[in-house]
Amino acid sequence: MKTLLYILSFTLPALCCSAKTIRVGKQQPFTTIREAIAAAEKGDTILVENGTYRERNLVINKPVFLKGIGLPVLDGEKKYEIVAIKADNVTVEGFRIVHSGNSSLEDIAGIKIYNRHNVIIRNNTLEDNFFGIYSLYGINCIIENNSITSFGTAELQSGNGIHCWKSDSMRIIGNSISGHRDGIYFEFVTNSVIWRNESYNNIRYGLHFMFSHNDAYACNIFRENGAGVAVMFSHGVKMFHNFFEKNWGDAAYGLLLKEISDSRIDGNYFTGNTSGIYMEGTSRIQVEKNEFSTNGWAMKIQASCLDNVITGNNFLANTFDVGTNGSLVLNTFDHNYWDKYEGYDLDKNNTGDIPYRPVSLYSMIVEKNPAAMMLFRSFMTSLLDKSEKVIPTLTPENLKDNYPIMKRLHL
Amino acid sequence: MIIASNVSKKFGRLRVLNNISVTCNKGECIALIGPNGSGKTTFIKSILGMVVPDSGFITFNGKNILHDWLYRKHVGYMPQIGRYPDNMTIGQVFNMMKDIRADKTSKATDEWLLEEFGLNQVMSKRMRTLSGGTRQKVSASLAFLFNPDILILDEPTAGLDPLASEKLKEKIILEKSKDKLILITSHILSELDELITHVMYMQEGNLLFHKKLAELQQETGEQKLSKAIAAVMLKK
Amino acid sequence: MTRIIKYVFTDILRNKIVLGYTAFLLLISLSVFTLEDNTSKGILSLLNIILIIVPLVSIIFSTTYIYNSAEFIELLVSQPLKRKHIWSSLFTGLAGSLSCSFFIGAGLPILFFAPAAIGLIMTAMGLLLSIIFVAIAMLAAVMTRDKAKGIGISIFLWLYFSLLFDVFILFQFQDYPLEKFMIIASACNPIDLSRILILLKMDISALMGFTGAVFRDFFGTQPGLAIAFLVLGLWVMVTFWLSLRKFNRKDL
Repeated sequence: MKTLLYILSFTLPALCCSAKTIRVGKQQPFTTIREAIAAAEKGDTILVENGTYRERNLVINKPVFLKGIGLPVLDGEKKYEIVAIKADNVTVEGFRIVHSGNSSLEDIAGIKIYNRHNVIIRNNTLEDNFFGIYSLYGINCIIENNSITSFGTAELQSGNGIHCWKSDSMRIIGNSISGHRDGIYFEFVTNSVIWRNESYNNIRYGLHFMFSHNDAYACNIFRENGAGVAVMFSHGVKMFHNFFEKNWGDAAYGLLLKEISDSRIDGNYFTGNTSGIYMEGTSRIQVEKNEFSTNGWAMKIQASCLDNVITGNNFLANTFDVGTNGSLVLNTFDHNYWDKYEGYDLDKNNTGDIPYRPVSLYSMIVEKNPAAMMLFRSFMTSLLDKSEKVIPTLTPENLKDNYPIMKRLHL
Repeated sequence: MIIASNVSKKFGRLRVLNNISVTCNKGECIALIGPNGSGKTTFIKSILGMVVPDSGFITFNGKNILHDWLYRKHVGYMPQIGRYPDNMTIGQVFNMMKDIRADKTSKATDEWLLEEFGLNQVMSKRMRTLSGGTRQKVSASLAFLFNPDILILDEPTAGLDPLASEKLKEKIILEKSKDKLILITSHILSELDELITHVMYMQEGNLLFHKKLAELQQETGEQKLSKAIAAVMLKK
Repeated sequence: MTRIIKYVFTDILRNKIVLGYTAFLLLISLSVFTLEDNTSKGILSLLNIILIIVPLVSIIFSTTYIYNSAEFIELLVSQPLKRKHIWSSLFTGLAGSLSCSFFIGAGLPILFFAPAAIGLIMTAMGLLLSIIFVAIAMLAAVMTRDKAKGIGISIFLWLYFSLLFDVFILFQFQDYPLEKFMIIASACNPIDLSRILILLKMDISALMGFTGAVFRDFFGTQPGLAIAFLVLGLWVMVTFWLSLRKFNRKDL
């Protein structure tokens, strides 16, 4: 009974005050969206037919459902902010939004949410905009299945694909972003989800995360971004089942963690990055069931990290498994599979009987003196590494996996 | 045919050839005699172009051999110790040499020695299995194989059995009669008597004398070469 | 000249050491690829073989072969043949047969099992290193008449190129970490240069870091790669030319 009442309470108002549908198009009563919005009432649907609309700073100030049919084009003529959402409960769907203005003073976007709740932006194609979709103090908004492309070449001339600032309960789902400065940018965003997005070929980061607590991102693909993914100054971040691929460069990381605490990194794939994970000043992070393969360094852990647990991961065909810059190690590395492990398992319990040391002497030398990379895999460095394994001198004594797994883990 | 002018050679500090000048002509059979280490082999190798003189030069038919490597077509050389690629059979060595020296102008090969030595029955033997004597037979056969105008034989009879030795001598005499130039070094002076027309005597890199055998016999009054040489040595 | 090459070639191919070397390479590369479930680990093991075993076998075998063929060379020199042709034939025979061994023993398995780009560069480097070290061996062999001394020089040269050179470089870096210097230094050692070219294909992720930039910008480009191959080619030609010059004046 309670539920019935609950449902009725929603459906009844909709039935009695039946919302109307307004059509916009060349042969329709309204030829511009602006006029249609002016004529619309709360809850109306505005259907926009195929065509190019140059609306100049279109403002949606009523809770309407704005839908494009056949991907109509909203053109910002490289001067204007194209769509500004200044009402709650607005939906924008099915548009091709191109050529926003570009400014070094304000953040001009293809679609911008101003301090609103429950906005839905989905199935749009955004091309050549300064910022793609911008949420300013947005709450409980959904940004879904948009394709966001820009053609930036320098960091300063390009904005972010999806930019959220001081927002809460956002859901960023299934978008594809490329060619922006940062693919997805979060600053002071809480309790939000980033799910099934693909962010690639962005100039700086695929995902940039600052001061954003208790968020989760899962099942995303971050590929070939200038500097990979950065997660900084946050706590309570969950990173599940993402793919970090081919982020190459001296300062490029699959995942850069800086001042992160109490977070989880589970089931991710780090493949072909210069550094898979780079950790600086992180604490109490659980890194579990991830696969690191063919990275330059699977993990670089600076001495400022403590109480992190790295367990149950696969380390496959990385040039170096772990790199570090100090001798003090306050993290644990137990129960991982390392393909470079050369120990034995006499009692057949699938756990190696001698510890594995994932830091090679040579990676320490390269850390101090990057030019020495030239000698990598030479006869001499192999000799050095072998001797170091027998008598550790330079590598940190307690950075080791005491219980290395003998067989590759099925993740 | 071969003229050496002031040929000198040093190996390190050791002076091996000291201003050697000599002229050798067709139809001569010269015995190159001297104690061990007197420079005989080095001189032969200089003629063959295997050793390059420090100073002086050698000409063959008027051409400096330093620049004209083709003259070696007219030379047959039997080394002191003939060693050949271990893995080859005798047949392969002969074929290889024929192959290397084959060209349109070459005359038919002379396989007389080869047959007389009975080498054609052991053609499939590998070189490394051969005795020193058999190797010498191979070397000798190779030297005569291409009918060369000049024959240079370094200790030809060393290691050969008496029968083979006689065959070889017979062949040398036969070739001498064909107006060829033959150069022989040997320690066994007695066997040279019936072969040679001239004698060159070397000691410590110097050419002490080079004269006709008849002249030498006359001067010393000795018929045997060994006696004649001994007489010369005594005189000095 | 081709006639002599033919004889040298067949002589070497009949040599048990070359057959053994081929079989050894084949055994290692096949076992590495079939027993190891991880191809990249297999490639890594083969990299060490290419950079250490191939130069070692090439240089020692060639030096020994030249000394053992002293009489054969003498025999050839007394024939109407140019010394240049004799020496070139020996070089071609040695380089050809050792390259052949490498190609059959390691090249084919690598090309078959390894990813194309890595396989190609590894095979190319293995072949070039074989040839370069044959040339170095011939230079070492023509320097001295003493067989023991010649082989000693060869072993030292191998040790120098595969180990000592790198030690010097490492100490050099600690004082002056210069990037241009690195490129020049790498050109001075064919083993290092080959290794870097292979690494550019194999450990590309790690090389994308600081140093990688220097090497990728240089050797990663088409002209850079061409220069690298040219340098390796020069190693063959210059070394061989020096040995030939020496051989032309040598007393046998």
